[in-house]
Amino acid sequence: MIEVYFEKIVPLMLRGVPMTVLLMLYGTLLAAVLSFVFGLARLSRFAAVRGTASVLVELIRGTSLIVQLFWIYYALPHLGVELPKLPAAVIAIGVNYGAYGSEIVRSAILAVPREQREAAIALNFNSYQRMRHIIVPQALPRMLPPFGNLQVELLKGTALAYFIGLGEVFYRTMTQLNYYLYLLVPIFTGLLVIYFALSQLVLLLYRWAERRLAAGRM
Amino acid sequence: MEIGFEIVEVGSVVNEPYEGGGKLSMHMHAVPLAETAAERGSVRPMVRFRNIRKSFGELEVLKGVDLDILPGEKVAVIGPSGSGKTTLGRLLMTLEEPTSGTIEVDGEYLWHMEKRGKLVRADEKHLHRMRSKIGMVFQHFNLFPHMTILRNVTEAPIRVLRMRRNEAERLALEMLDKVGLADKRDNYPSQLSGGEKQRVAIARALVMKPQVMIFDEVTSALDPELVGEVLAVIKEIAADGKMTMLLITHEMEFARDVADRVIFIADGRIVEQGPPSRIFTQPESERLQSFLGRFRAYRAGR
Amino acid sequence: MNELIPALLRGLWITVQATFGAFALACALGLILAILRRARIKWVSVPMVWLIEFIRTTPLVVQAVFMWMALPRLIGMPLSALTVGILSLGLHYSAYLSEVYRSGIEGVPRGQWEAAVALNFSPAQKWLRIILPQAIPPVLPVMGNYLIVMFKEVPVLMAITLGEMLLAANSYIASTFADGIVPYSLVALFFLAVSYPSSLLVRLMERRLNRQRGTQYGNRIRNRRSRIRGERTV
Repeated sequence: MIEVYFEKIVPLMLRGVPMTVLLMLYGTLLAAVLSFVFGLARLSRFAAVRGTASVLVELIRGTSLIVQLFWIYYALPHLGVELPKLPAAVIAIGVNYGAYGSEIVRSAILAVPREQREAAIALNFNSYQRMRHIIVPQALPRMLPPFGNLQVELLKGTALAYFIGLGEVFYRTMTQLNYYLYLLVPIFTGLLVIYFALSQLVLLLYRWAERRLAAGRM
Repeated sequence: MEIGFEIVEVGSVVNEPYEGGGKLSMHMHAVPLAETAAERGSVRPMVRFRNIRKSFGELEVLKGVDLDILPGEKVAVIGPSGSGKTTLGRLLMTLEEPTSGTIEVDGEYLWHMEKRGKLVRADEKHLHRMRSKIGMVFQHFNLFPHMTILRNVTEAPIRVLRMRRNEAERLALEMLDKVGLADKRDNYPSQLSGGEKQRVAIARALVMKPQVMIFDEVTSALDPELVGEVLAVIKEIAADGKMTMLLITHEMEFARDVADRVIFIADGRIVEQGPPSRIFTQPESERLQSFLGRFRAYRAGR
Repeated sequence: MNELIPALLRGLWITVQATFGAFALACALGLILAILRRARIKWVSVPMVWLIEFIRTTPLVVQAVFMWMALPRLIGMPLSALTVGILSLGLHYSAYLSEVYRSGIEGVPRGQWEAAVALNFSPAQKWLRIILPQAIPPVLPVMGNYLIVMFKEVPVLMAITLGEMLLAANSYIASTFADGIVPYSLVALFFLAVSYPSSLLVRLMERRLNRQRGTQYGNRIRNRRSRIRGERTV
């Protein structure tokens, strides 16, 4: 039994890990970009930009990730947009967590003291330079811990790609399960441990990045 | 006399409806600027506040201030807290927009510009150009905590003036040397004392070579024993003579030593002004007398 | 269309049942976890920390399917999808809520603990009469947030055949050969129609609480919120 588990099942499960990680990385990349786009748009001088961004973010946050995934993968083809599994999952995950991330970006930027902006104006930085060189670098360390948590949520969200049959670690496990039902508990325990290990790795990376960013300043 | 033609033009159209949304025209002088400058029969002022009003919601902090500052002049603004003196500096630095009235810097409107014969609210481009003439040192230093001391000073020359890095660093070190902090170049602001931070902030503003410098209560946030080093630096800059300075301050002795003219503001109005020798020895208005009296009592008690 | 909307409404009703059932479980279990986590005995507190972390950082859908397949075998009798759904969703979010409780408990000033000792309260009295009444009100809006988060997580439970809205939409599509646009859009709309007003309500509650208690207390609440590990927003 133990041999079967470690020699057959675990390798099969692990074969799904690269897809899970890939989905997480692409999803994170898209989510990070959208976090900044939405977050900055919600702080825009122009009411129309602010309003549009806020409505979009509320729309995305008000519906579930899994509903969005179904919509993108199963409904969108009827509108003529047919996406393969991985892009569909990446878009659903990136857009959904990007909306949540925009709140992190927004509140971190708002938390930078107003005086920093004023000092930058007094030195005649233009509005892009103020954001890019003065405000965002100071907001970044504040964003990291909540971004770390959000990325763990995102990692957990990748398991939903199972519903569209993307071969990530959960899907791979489920497709093997019927042959090894007597090993149900060890299989699921192993699966959870894989996710736990990946989560801890993500959190570790963020903690490392936090220390790097904080170095020297304080 | 260097009176630009365009100034006459702008001055002659100020009674036109104002497009910026404010009620500017009501408080504007109908006379062309050139005329008033000519009347004075002197050089053109570097900074000119004209009937400046500023309200925050219901509260009107400036109730019509007129003030000319000549090139190279050192003007100290004193007055009780809440009198509006800091607001005056913030309006000049474009951190706040006047509710009505105009500010001119070096012969040009700061918050307004002419567009198709009308005076409209200045756009970002105009403000950007005007800000290059103005610098400011803040009460709370406002150094950039994520940059070393050297980068605090070089960042603006590199980004804003597009100066080459080594050129900016050479200039920055020169300025840091002037304020006695060249050896702290690689430290971060959090590792400096308040007085040191403020001296860096001064170097950071100086390196941009502004024509007008605003010092906004630069010693108010400092421990008493650190005030001296900062004031010494400012005195040294003032002694150079060329820079126009607006010194908003609580330090009466400093105002007396450095300023050519002292402005006393109370309740949003200029109550009294004159050379420091007279203001501090023979105050005319009752407000100033009681203000100075209270100040002396405080000093004696300390 | 005539069948779709009633089906979705039935799904919504099941979703609401699952949400509140799981929320009640998460509140109770989360409190127990939070208190055990504070135990002085390292043998209790350290495993608790890791247990909470483990539940929180692994996917709900995996936990749910695991319980769906393993629990009936373990206890030797069938369980309904709603029961397992409530158990798994409740367990998952008990880990989050324990962090919420923790931040609330840590926000109670030390003097209050000392006073409870000085007055010779029993441990149960100390928690029920002194600590919790002060710890919980400030974190109520955060708990409200989690109620909404959980509501939006319910469709994940279609993996264990819980007949919530998304599964209802799927069945409708399968039986009528309709395309997914209208059914899935309606599901999204239903979620939005419930969760957006609720989140406005929570924000209102938060503002009112901050105002009521004065700024100093409000600050304390805000500080506490910033200490909640892994907090999720709605």
